[in-house]
Amino acid sequence: MKVKKILAMAISMVMCAAMFAGCGDTEGGSDNGGKSAKSGTKDNGGADNDGGEDEGGDTGAADDGELITVGIINNDPNESGYRTANDKDLKATFCEENGFKADFYYSLKNDEQITAAQKFIQDEVDYLLLSAADTAGWDTVLQDAQDAGVRVILFDRTIDADESLYEASIVSDMAKEGQTAVDWLKGQGLSDYKIIHLQGVMGSAAQKGRSQALTDTAASDGWEIVEEQTAEWNAEKAQQIVQSVIDSGKDFNVIYAENDDMAKGAVAALDKANISHGVGKDVIVMGFDCNQWALKELLDGNWNYDGQCNPFQSSYIKDIIDKLENDETLSEKTIIMDEKGFDATTITQEDVDNYGI
Amino acid sequence: MAKNNAQPQKAGIAGLFRHQIMIPIAALLLLVLFNLIADPSFFKITLGNNSDGNPVLSGYLITIIDSGSELAILALGMTLVTAASGGQDISVGAGIAIAGSVLLRVLCGTETSPETLHAPVIVAFLVSCLVAMLFGAFNGSLVAFFKIQPMIATLILFTAGRSIAAWINNNQLPNVNERSFSYYGTYIPGIPIPTPFFIALACFLVTWLLLRFTTLGLYVQSVGINEKTSRLNGLNPELIKLLTYILLGLCVAIAALIKVSRLSTINYSVIAKDIEMDAILAVALGGNALGGGKFSMSSSVLGAYVIQFLTTTLYKFQVKADALPAYKAVVVIILVVMSAPAVREKFSILIKKLRSDKTAAQNS
Repeated sequence: MKVKKILAMAISMVMCAAMFAGCGDTEGGSDNGGKSAKSGTKDNGGADNDGGEDEGGDTGAADDGELITVGIINNDPNESGYRTANDKDLKATFCEENGFKADFYYSLKNDEQITAAQKFIQDEVDYLLLSAADTAGWDTVLQDAQDAGVRVILFDRTIDADESLYEASIVSDMAKEGQTAVDWLKGQGLSDYKIIHLQGVMGSAAQKGRSQALTDTAASDGWEIVEEQTAEWNAEKAQQIVQSVIDSGKDFNVIYAENDDMAKGAVAALDKANISHGVGKDVIVMGFDCNQWALKELLDGNWNYDGQCNPFQSSYIKDIIDKLENDETLSEKTIIMDEKGFDATTITQEDVDNYGI
Repeated sequence: MAKNNAQPQKAGIAGLFRHQIMIPIAALLLLVLFNLIADPSFFKITLGNNSDGNPVLSGYLITIIDSGSELAILALGMTLVTAASGGQDISVGAGIAIAGSVLLRVLCGTETSPETLHAPVIVAFLVSCLVAMLFGAFNGSLVAFFKIQPMIATLILFTAGRSIAAWINNNQLPNVNERSFSYYGTYIPGIPIPTPFFIALACFLVTWLLLRFTTLGLYVQSVGINEKTSRLNGLNPELIKLLTYILLGLCVAIAALIKVSRLSTINYSVIAKDIEMDAILAVALGGNALGGGKFSMSSSVLGAYVIQFLTTTLYKFQVKADALPAYKAVVVIILVVMSAPAVREKFSILIKKLRSDKTAAQNS
């Protein structure tokens, strides 16, 4: 019986592994075909979607010396549209045509990322680009990097480590995103503000930053928060929450959703109850992240505002690397990216194409 | 695997049924009573128009029968799986992501927002049914033939499912612009009652007929109660377990159609998140033994709507959404503790003692 059980476990594990491998291969394949951004990937430490089967394919070993080698540790591109856009952007910039030889590693787990970082350090990459899954636990490995002469640049996420351990950190300022949105809302000059506030997963950086601005302004300007709930970035939950407010018969005229999905869920509930929304209508709809479909909603006048969370960090990173290569000093450690807020009355098709993710 | 479904008292099927459906009914009455006292307007239903100008009913009760429908459909399949294999499938949420992804993949092709659908909805739905049943068969064969604990076996898809769903659509989040696609998750023009409720009702009726006019229910119960005995009686327990998982797969595909249709899009990382726990809770709330054996379909379905009732009530009272699982946990604790053999024994001893005290008092 026991032997049978063990056998069964082993077989199911193999099946499971095969499934993952299947996924990985196909994704890798499409990556290579679609973007041709892979420049001779060596070994990504068995990442689930490394796409690195074409070992030493088109990269001549001779020109290795001239290329700048970078090791990029990122979160899983499947995580969200933001991450997918971010990954695409990095792959497009750090390609051979631009003089880079990039290795990618993806994981949502901090310890796996740290192991990958150690491997990159052993491989003596010139630069280590890092979007950490967790803020803690990076001190030792970054010290190792410094000792080995590997320069570290953080992007998208900050970590709890001494500033001297990395060259620069390129981040979004979520509080600023929130403030931009709230300032826009203030500019609408409504006679009274009755707001449904749909929050992201509580405690996440995006939720904290985007909530804080609204909470502060609501307190100082006497705006009424009709409902403040976390829908956990989830459209269905947002729909249920807004439905609940509508069922209770409470009055509201603004929906402040901390991402596009939740705004979409809210709008579904509004449509059902025949409450008009959008430019010049009863309810103002605000979202974040600038998904392409969301910007289209803006263009059609169904929503009013969408705040950007900029996933295109690669140009900033490239600037920094160029400067460091020319032995220039960086003026600041923490670089905050420009982030826009789109108004439905001024948005153009060009914006949708350029900024939609 | 131990099956602790030996019912101590042979009260007859009718008696047991009455006993079992009492649990969700009691829970429902409790919630109704609470809402009546707290705010009777909870039960108000009004007829209005939606933004397309079609008549729709609205009110908390309508929201409950609307949003609880996917859960009720899943509870049907989950009850069968629980009864036959003495365990639960925790991959239904991931399964919905996969089935929904397949549905949109067929409808949209590789475009993210096509002007016209690439295939009729019915074709896409049938394909997604096929895929979901295939994944059900995968779970089922692990459980039936490899004798793996159901929760461990389905843990595989629970972990991998959403990644598979993402891969099916190349990480895109397709949007369906076709109006008629949203009918399945919202309203059919002219009918003011939400469509999901009708779909759930149809599923329930079909299941009821299936159990009423075939021996499936009997076979499932006997396999769940004692696998060896049912084999000796000429049943094939493996096949029956496999069948229940495939049926659950079908339920998953139907629930996925509703979920995807609600917003005409999918977000595979959050769609139907944690719904597996609610589905299992519905089965437990229906008074079904989670160790397999006897089951009551109507209790499970009622259990599902009671859970949605609880959720909607909590939303009404502005309980934080991330605190909801804590309230559900309280329900689980009560249910689990009440059905634990040790507690039951203590209870029966206590009752006996009270009775003997009474008779002793009368005698003296």
